[in-house]
This record gives sequence, C-alpha cells and structure tokens, in this order.
Amino acid sequence: MSEEKLDLLQGTLDLMVLQTLAAMGEQHGYGIARRIEQVSGDEVLLNQGTIYASLVRLQQRGWIDAEWGISDNNRKAKFYSITKRGRKQLKEDVAYWRRLAMVMGRVLEQ
Amino acid sequence: MKDGWLEQAWNRIRAFFHKEPLDADLEAEMASHLEMAVEENVRRGMTPEEARRMAMVRFGGMQQAREKQRAARGLPFVDVLGQDMRYTLRTLGRDAGFTTVAVLILALGIGANVAVFSVVNTILLRPLPFPQSQQLVWIAPPPQKCGLSCATYSIDAYEEFRAQSRSYQDITGYNAFTGPDNLRLTVGNGEPQPLTGMEVLGNFFQVLGVHPMLGRLFDPEDTLKGAHWVVLLEYAYWKRQFAGDKGIVGKEIDLSGEPATVVGVLPESFDFGAVFSPGSRVDMVTPLIPDYERDDGNVIPLIGRLKPGVTVGQAQADAEMVVPKLCWNIKYPQSCGSYVNNQGASIEVRTLKDYVSGRLRRSLIVLWSAVGMILLIACVNLSNLLLARAAARGKEFAMRSALGASRGRMVRQLMTESLILSGAGAVLGLGLAWALVAWLAHQGSLALPLLSTLHFDGQAVGWTVVMAIAAAVLFGLMPGLRMASGNLIETLKDSGHGASAGRKHETVRATLVIAEVGLACVLLVGAGLLLRSFLKVLDIDLGFQPDQAASMRVVYDDSAANDDARAARRGVIFQEMIARVSVLPGVKAAGIVDFLPLGPNRAWGTPTPQGKTFPPGALAAPLVYVCTPGYMRAMGMRLRGRDFRWDDGPKSQEVVIINAAAARTYWPGEDAVGKVLMSGNTQLHVIGVVDDVHTSSVEAEKGWQIYYSAMQRGPDDAHLVIRSSVPPATLAGSVLRTLRAMNPNQPAMEFQPLRMIVDRAVSPRRFFMLLVGIFAGLGLLLASLGIYGVIAYGVTRQTQEIGIRMALGASRGRVQRSVLGKTLSMVLIGVGVGTVASLAVARLIASLLFGTEATDPMTYAGVIVLLLAVALVAGYLPARRASRINPLTALRTN
Repeated sequence: MSEEKLDLLQGTLDLMVLQTLAAMGEQHGYGIARRIEQVSGDEVLLNQGTIYASLVRLQQRGWIDAEWGISDNNRKAKFYSITKRGRKQLKEDVAYWRRLAMVMGRVLEQ
Repeated sequence: MKDGWLEQAWNRIRAFFHKEPLDADLEAEMASHLEMAVEENVRRGMTPEEARRMAMVRFGGMQQAREKQRAARGLPFVDVLGQDMRYTLRTLGRDAGFTTVAVLILALGIGANVAVFSVVNTILLRPLPFPQSQQLVWIAPPPQKCGLSCATYSIDAYEEFRAQSRSYQDITGYNAFTGPDNLRLTVGNGEPQPLTGMEVLGNFFQVLGVHPMLGRLFDPEDTLKGAHWVVLLEYAYWKRQFAGDKGIVGKEIDLSGEPATVVGVLPESFDFGAVFSPGSRVDMVTPLIPDYERDDGNVIPLIGRLKPGVTVGQAQADAEMVVPKLCWNIKYPQSCGSYVNNQGASIEVRTLKDYVSGRLRRSLIVLWSAVGMILLIACVNLSNLLLARAAARGKEFAMRSALGASRGRMVRQLMTESLILSGAGAVLGLGLAWALVAWLAHQGSLALPLLSTLHFDGQAVGWTVVMAIAAAVLFGLMPGLRMASGNLIETLKDSGHGASAGRKHETVRATLVIAEVGLACVLLVGAGLLLRSFLKVLDIDLGFQPDQAASMRVVYDDSAANDDARAARRGVIFQEMIARVSVLPGVKAAGIVDFLPLGPNRAWGTPTPQGKTFPPGALAAPLVYVCTPGYMRAMGMRLRGRDFRWDDGPKSQEVVIINAAAARTYWPGEDAVGKVLMSGNTQLHVIGVVDDVHTSSVEAEKGWQIYYSAMQRGPDDAHLVIRSSVPPATLAGSVLRTLRAMNPNQPAMEFQPLRMIVDRAVSPRRFFMLLVGIFAGLGLLLASLGIYGVIAYGVTRQTQEIGIRMALGASRGRVQRSVLGKTLSMVLIGVGVGTVASLAVARLIASLLFGTEATDPMTYAGVIVLLLAVALVAGYLPARRASRINPLTALRTN
C-alpha cells in the first residue's frame, strides 16, 4: 500500500463529496457516489464502497452531519448534509484546487 | 486538515471504543446502498441477477470498504497492535517450551543488568547523598607508608589550615582513629551494650549539609572543654536500639559510665559508615572536643566545602600555599612545616566522590561490561532460537505474504513477538533484580561504599525498559528481516526439510554461535584472571595466622596519678586477664594489642638507629603497635629474639620489637636484635625482629612497624587476641564470662575471628571476582546452549540427507565424526576470535589483577580447554542422535 498516493486520492474524494453535498443538499451515500460518477462523466473509476471511509472522516471532522431517514422510494438510508464549517472548508479547498490547477496548467504548458 | 483535527482525534478515540454499534451502522448503510443500486439497475432493464452482480462490481470489495472505513474512523495502529499481540500470545502459548526458555534467558540477562546498574548507579553515577555534593572535597596528604597517621592532620594543623585557606566555605573533619564498638550503652541494670560512636568536629553536619530528622545538630558550646556530653543518633541505631522513640531527644543515656544527652536523630539518608568507612557500622555521632585531642598528633582527615565557582585545581593550588605554614603542634615550633615532605607533594585535594568511589571505578566498569556481555550473549542465543523458529515458520509467513500481508506488516508482527518476549523477560528480570538489590543492600560486611544506600528506584525501572527494548531489537530484528525477506515461491515450494536448503541460514546461525563463543571466551578469561588474582591474594603471607584465632575488644580501668602508676596498674590488669583467659580449655595463647592489623593504625614520629645518619626523608615513620607479652604468639607472628616480658615496665629500660622491613632499612646486612634506636633522646632497645605483617591492607606493600610494651607506652585501645585449638567461636561465651568476672562493665563485644577481619579486607575483590565468575558461568551455559541448538537443529534438518548417506554405507562413527567436526570447527573459530579479543580486554583490566599477568598462559589454556570440552559435550548429544538415525525411517518420513 503506497500511502502517498492514497492520501491524494482521499483528499480528492473528500472534496468531491463536500462539493456534491453543497450542490445537491441532503443526500445518501449511494446518491453521492452516483452523482460523482455522472458529473465526472464516468471518468473517475470509483469503487463506490470507498466513499464510506470519506464520509466517516468528514463527519468526524465536523464538516458534514448524518442522520438516518427514508429515501424517495421508501427505503431506509443514511442522509448526509454539509455543515456551516463544511461550507467554509469547501470554499478554502476549492480556492486551493483552482490555484493548484492553474499553476499546474502553466507549468505543463510552457 | 488544520481545521477539525482535534475533534477528529477525539472522535477516532471514541470510535475505537464503540466498534460494534458503528460496524452495525455501516453494515446497514452498505446494505441499503446495494439495494438502491440493484433497484436502479433493474429499472434500467437488467435481470435481477445481473443487476445484483453489477451493483457488487461497482461497489468494489465489501471487506476492503469496511476496513477502509474502520481505518478512517478509529485507531488502526492500535487495532493492528492488538491483533499482533493476540496472535503472538497464541503462537507463543503453543510453543511453551521455547517461550519459557526465551523468557528465562532474558530474565537472567536483564535482571543481572538491572541489579548491576543499580550498584553502579549508587556507587559511581549518582552524586553523594549530600546537597551540592560536587562542592565537597577530601583533603589529605598523599599516600605514604606510615598509614592513617600520615593521612590525617592534627588539631592545630586543621585550625591553621581552616584559617588560612581561601577556597572553602568551611572545612571539617572526624576522628579517623575511632574503632568499632568504642562505647558501651547501659540501660538500667542491664548488661552494657557495645556500640560505635564517631567523633566529628562540631561543624561536620553543617559542612555536609545534613539536617537532623529530630532535635538539633551540635552547637559550638558542645565542643568546648568540659562541655556536657551530647550525642546524635544514627537513624538505623535509633530504630534498633530505641525502637524509633521520638521522645528520645533531650533524654540522658549512660554511655561508657558517663551521662550523655541525646540532642538529635540523624536522617535515614545519612549513614556515616556507608560514605566514610565502608563495611563498618557507626551507631552514634559525638562531638570531637579539639582541646582534648590537641596533643594527640594527626587524627583527623579533612573534608571541605568549596566556595561556589572554585575548582578542585584552584583549591589544590591554594592548599599547597598553606601547607608549609602548618604546625603539627604549635607548642613545638620545630614541628612547623612538617607536613611538607621531601618529594615536594604535600597535600592532595580531590572530590569527596572520587575519594569514596574512585578506587572502585574500574572494577565497576568491568562488572558493568561483563553483565552487558551476558545480555549480548543472551540476545545472540535468542536470535538463534528465533532463526530456528523462523525456518520452521517459513511457510506460515509465505502464506501470509501470499494473502497480501506486506513485508513491513510481517516485520512488525515479529517485532511485536520480540517485544512481548523481552517484556516478559524484563518483568521477571525486574523481580530478580529487586531481590538481588535488597539482598546486597544488607551485606553490611561487604566493604563497598554507599552499599547501604542501595535501593531499587525509578532509574532502575527506566534502565529495565531500555534494556528490554534494546534486547528486543537486538535479538528480534535480524530473524524478523530474514523471515520477511524470504523468497515466497521458494519457501512455498520447498518443504523446508531439503538437504541443501537453508545453507545461507546455517551460515548466519553459525556466525552467531561463533560470536557467542567468542564473548563467552572473553568473559571466562576475565573471570579466570580475576580468580587467579584472588587466589594469589588469599595466598599472601599476611605475617600472622588468621585461622584458629579470634579477637575481642576489652575495656579496663587503669586510672592512676601519673603515667608510670597507670602503666604499672595496666600491667597488673593485663597480666591477670591473660592468665585467666589462658587457662580456659582450648586456649593456646592470648595477648593484648591496641590496634589489630588491617584496621586503623598510627605512627609516632621517626626513630633513627643509634650512631647512624640517613639522608633526610629516607626514613618514614613506622606504624606503632602497643602490645603485651603473648600477643605475637596469639597472632601467629614469627618472632626472632625475645618477646616482651611482664617486667618490661616503666622502671626498666625501654624495649621494642621491629619488623623485618624496618630492620633491613635501619641495619642492612646486620642483626637488629640488641641494637638501639633513638627516638629523640630516648633509647629504644631492639629485643626482637618480627616478620612483616600486612597492616594497612592485604594487597598493599608492607611498611615499617614498631611494637612497644603495653607497660611502657600507653595503648589507645585494647584487643584481646586468642589462639585456640578449638573453633574460636566456641570460646566466645567463656571468654566473655572471664572478662566480666574481672570487670562487670565489659560489654558483650563482638568475638571476631581473625579470618573475618581478613575476609572483610578482601571482600570487594571477592565480590567482583564472584560476580564476574557467575556471569562467565552464565555466559558459558548460554554459549553451550547455543552450540547445542545450532547443531541439533542442523541434524534435524539433515535427517533425510544423513539417512541417504547411511543407506549408501556411511558408518555411525563417520556420521558422528562429521557432526562433531562441524561443532569443533565452529567453536575453534569462536575460541580463536575470543582469545584475540581477550588479550585486548585483559590489558584493560590489568590494574585489577594481583600477581597475575594479563597474558597468564594458565588462564588462557584453561579457558580454551574448558570451552572445547563444553562444546564437545554440546555437540556430542546431537551427534549421537544423528548416528542413531534409521535410514529407512528417515527416508520414508517427510
């Protein structure tokens, strides 16, 4: 297991999850996973199961909340929603990623 | 990352303790996730089976998802550790034999190390038990032949030195001539109890920085001529004699027939004997009254407390300026300047710590190294045992590796095993060390300084932890790395019993055994040299016969109007005493002396042979002994000429007996008997020459001695010496009864066999020799276990090969010889390496040896023969087993 690679992936996935919740509001794990797959144009090959590690981590940091509820088609599911602190964190992370992407773009294009 | 990490850490810990509900929650969530996925897939037109399969594929590994989530939310490190520990305990439990041996070896190694560390820490590393003890210095003339008298200062010299020196906050001292059991305590009408009271200068405790536990210290008024007698009790004596009675302060006690007031009790941390006179006990401290001792010559060694910032070097320079001005006694101006000798060196200032424990430094370091080597051998041994286990467990680890365990994870698992083993060893070793330390602290007769302050403390526990971890790394790392780096496919394919397999393995193990044998060799050579030295020391001709003789301090009252009347009275008392004791059944000879050999001693100036001149400084002051007729016979000293007679009294001409060394110097090539020595204007007629007696220490050079008649010179003390034809201890009762009949004040003094005095004098050497010997024995045992282990294991591995060879016609003898040959070649290399290392190490301990060369061929030959013999035995057992292998069985099995 190469730890560095995992870290980067984790961070990326965490940001995707936060953004999804910010955009869609309350959502369950399956919903989040599907949404990420769709938005990314199926370019991210996501093992949906890994999303739960990300969710529990964000929850422990206090960036998202979770609550059991009933889904549209009457199924019991755990619903996640972004917290105020989560939004603040998202803003910071998005800014960071934009900057990083810009710098990377410049470096790679020269 | 920055935000929320504290909250996350807290949540992680909480999650760690709530595994089950969280797992259940996750299961439910995952189940709901799959249901939703299946539903959606069915809606898209898949068959239910296909829908389920696709859902599973998109979800990925269920178990991985679970584990990732657990790792993200809890404390994965602790989880893994717990797993490793459970697994380790299971595997170790299965292999109880191995575990027991390993833990025992480690317990011995670690226990011995911690015990020795405690001793080294107490004597060498820790500062002396006084505040700012680095400021305390010992001030004495450089060592000379004339014993204690030349190692001390007179009261006048002390007072002058104290007044003139600029380097000290204050200077103090104590009466170095205080003998054991010099006082007696009488309670009511009971029998008088002997006890030791040390006389110290009034400022003694203030200089050392010792505060009383109860009551007060000495006041300046306590040290004035005619002052009421006051005493301070030592803690241990207060507990023993007065049952820790807090009301004792201010009470009056009967000390040697005089009233004395207890003014205080010293703290438990202060033990005069432990610091200043190792191996002896001091019960109470009394003030030294300078005016009474002013004319007694040199009696006190000096202890100074340096001013802050003053170095020992500066103090030394200061002292050298002051010394020439000192007078032995200001009443005699010619005695001024007598503290400078012709060699220039006149005074030595060194730290008190160096005085107390400097002599033992090298011995202790040797001991520490020896015990460290034991642990090293133990670790090498365990490393070997673990390697053997590793070979047997190769498949297990290959399997785990195939199932996805990383190398790091496996090394971690093995290190956990090592740590658990060494942890268990450490716990057991701690108990062992604790018992050893408790036992050592109560060896009062062992003349090692500070021993009574030895205790088991946090530092010892800390050292145990260090030792345990170091041991675990030492013995665990190599097998761990080897096992984890094994070739997976090879191990899985190979059944582990092939003949040629594991050759590399064997080389590593053989190297370890060679190292072990080498270390054991070094230890054995060291122990052998120390043992030879000790035997040489025991063999020394002491100049008297310590066996079949004993001594007891006697008290007597010779008070009279003047010196001559006292001498006459003393003669009568002594003569009667000796006459009465001599007729006791079993007593062959009896006599009285004021100082026994190997104890305190003193000198009285330098007599010169009549009519001869010697260059100044050529003659030193001989040690002075005052004795009665019969003393030399009782001691078993060899005398030429005549002994003292009872009529060598105050009225007759003064007679002396000198020792052979003095006689040779005074009248080289002539017979000293009948010659005359001049001591000032007094003629001393030499009536006999006695063989040299070891007076200061067993090992030191013999100096000059002069014996006076107890009826002509005043003895400072009285020891009755008895030579007997029966074991001396059986006489104790009858001798004491006889003395009591003469003097009811005679306390029940210790009846001390002379052998005991000698034993005490050589006790530090015996102690170190014994310990290094025990460690060497342990090393030998461990090394032989190591040899046996490797050879036996090799035989087991090669059972099949040996079977084939025997089936092809190899004889039993041949098989045995080949196994023994392998053992021998391994051991020979070890012995070779060990011998070379020993030669280097022996040079380092050369200063600890006595009458033995560091290259003593006997020792080396003995050690080599011993190691080879042990190796042959260790190799013979597996060799015999190998030769009994039945080819048929060997080939069929496996």
